[in-house]
Amino acid sequence: MMSRFWPMFRKEFIQMRRDRLTFAMMVGIPVIQLLVFGYAIQTDVRNLPTVVLDQSRTPTSRDLIAAFQNTGNFRVIAHVDGRPELDAAIARGDAQAGIIVPYDYPRDLARGTTATVQVIVDAADPLSSQAALNAAAGVAQARNLSILSRAADRSIPIEARVRPRYNPGLRSPNYIVPGLVGVILTMTLVLITAMAIVRERERGTLEQLIVTPITKTELMLGKITPYVGVGLLQMTAVLILGRFVFDVPITGNILLLYGVSLIFIIASLAFGLLVSTLVRTQQQAIQASFGFMLPNILLSGFMFPRQAMPEIAQWLGLLMPLTYFLKVVRGILLKGVGLEALWQEVLILAAFAVVLIVASVRRFRKTLD
Amino acid sequence: MDAAVETRELTRRFGALTAVDALTLRIERGEVFGLLGPNGSGKTTTIRMLCGLLEPSSGSALVTGIDVTVAPEQVKQRIGYMAQRVGAYEDLTVAENLTFYAGIYGLRGDMMRTRVGEVVAFLSLGDRLGQLAAQLSGGWKQRLGLACALVHRPGLLFLDEPTAGVDPAARRRFWHTIHDLAASGTTVLVTTHYMDEAAQCGRLGMMSRGHLIALGTPDEVAAQVGGRTLEDAFVVLQQRDEQ
Repeated sequence: MMSRFWPMFRKEFIQMRRDRLTFAMMVGIPVIQLLVFGYAIQTDVRNLPTVVLDQSRTPTSRDLIAAFQNTGNFRVIAHVDGRPELDAAIARGDAQAGIIVPYDYPRDLARGTTATVQVIVDAADPLSSQAALNAAAGVAQARNLSILSRAADRSIPIEARVRPRYNPGLRSPNYIVPGLVGVILTMTLVLITAMAIVRERERGTLEQLIVTPITKTELMLGKITPYVGVGLLQMTAVLILGRFVFDVPITGNILLLYGVSLIFIIASLAFGLLVSTLVRTQQQAIQASFGFMLPNILLSGFMFPRQAMPEIAQWLGLLMPLTYFLKVVRGILLKGVGLEALWQEVLILAAFAVVLIVASVRRFRKTLD
Repeated sequence: MDAAVETRELTRRFGALTAVDALTLRIERGEVFGLLGPNGSGKTTTIRMLCGLLEPSSGSALVTGIDVTVAPEQVKQRIGYMAQRVGAYEDLTVAENLTFYAGIYGLRGDMMRTRVGEVVAFLSLGDRLGQLAAQLSGGWKQRLGLACALVHRPGLLFLDEPTAGVDPAARRRFWHTIHDLAASGTTVLVTTHYMDEAAQCGRLGMMSRGHLIALGTPDEVAAQVGGRTLEDAFVVLQQRDEQ
């Protein structure tokens, strides 16, 4: 039983090591991706370039503009003298927000009638405009409350105290980096094994291999096992960089994390293997892998919260191992929870691994038809 | 005693094309048997069916006494196979290739070292052990391919156009090796285009359009068309078949 697994494993390992460029890419690409994604993906929008048209030019208006700046969402880059200038700055893209304080602002405020201040936002990018809208509304609300409570001579009636648990600083890297562990593993491992059998077919070595008594299971397992090590290596690199470059906490049990990752790695490799049995050329293997990757990244909840997706997209997301793995990684790294909270996801991942391996072994034929 | 190969009405169709058409053939143990025929005559398909690489559409084939359609994996342990495109891994060294195939055929430890040593000596690969297969010339690559196919000492060896793209000197050496193997009791089934190689076989089967058009020793085959050369026999018989 399985006696031909080791020769197969050893051969794959030597070939993997000898292919320096691929090996370097397998370890180098995760690091680059982590740095790029980690720095670039910032869902908390700050420092929107803002132009100000202050028609009243009074201490009261300057006070208001300072309040806007203090939210951290607006960064005043210029003061302009007229509306056309302000519109032009936003149209050109120099500014993404404009604040207009009218002549009557201080007068209305003093009189007790409603004073208006206009905030114009470039909503072409919904994420940043949303942040700006919230911030602007927040500034007005805070002012309103303080003025009204002073007038009524009492403290504000209700205050909702929101405590952001698990990621108190609301930092994007805390959300993105754990997810990246899963995305990087999916990306590289599926592609590597998708090529595995097709490459032998194209080079003509598969014919020689299947004329030997090696069993399908020995062949498949021997092929993917060396890459389990690659997956664990990639994951370790991402975790270390995440911890020391992006300050992502490692709250939970690291051994549990490695254990579950092992299951996820096997599932990813097995999926690649299944692809490898379905396609005829390396080119098709690459296309199929990317076709698998994109929905994974979009629907798994790596970038966009799944709760916000239409129902059908949520259902599709459930078909992807990454969806479950993301819950596990974020759960362990950020919340510090253990198996008692995650056992369902772990079981589903294990089922994925088993089903995918069995499917690819069954799909594979030791004949040339 | 069982024949090395015994087929009955062996047939393989690819869609509308019948690549091998009701081939009945018996090859005795220890023979060097040559399959001769133009491209597309069904030689490769025949060999692939006998090795368990292709399933026959109908008919039967006993290989070393075992029905290849029933127990292909048992057959695979007993045969050696070398395709036209050598199956050695270009990014492994000669030694690594041999160790790999020895392991895949279930050889371990001392037994593995002994067998690898024997096959290295037999094919004079000793000086090349550390070289990557990619760096070998055509003739050496072909020897490595043969070594990989022989490392488990099969009783029956299939060679599919083994000397394609190999220089004449290397071809001659290769045929010496084949005769050495036959002398030690290995049955060899070889396909070829070359008449000089066909003449070196104990018996020949000429194929055209999926069936045999002549069978016998090279002299017997030549005699079928009035004792002319093997090449004449080949051309005449094939033309007759296509009419």
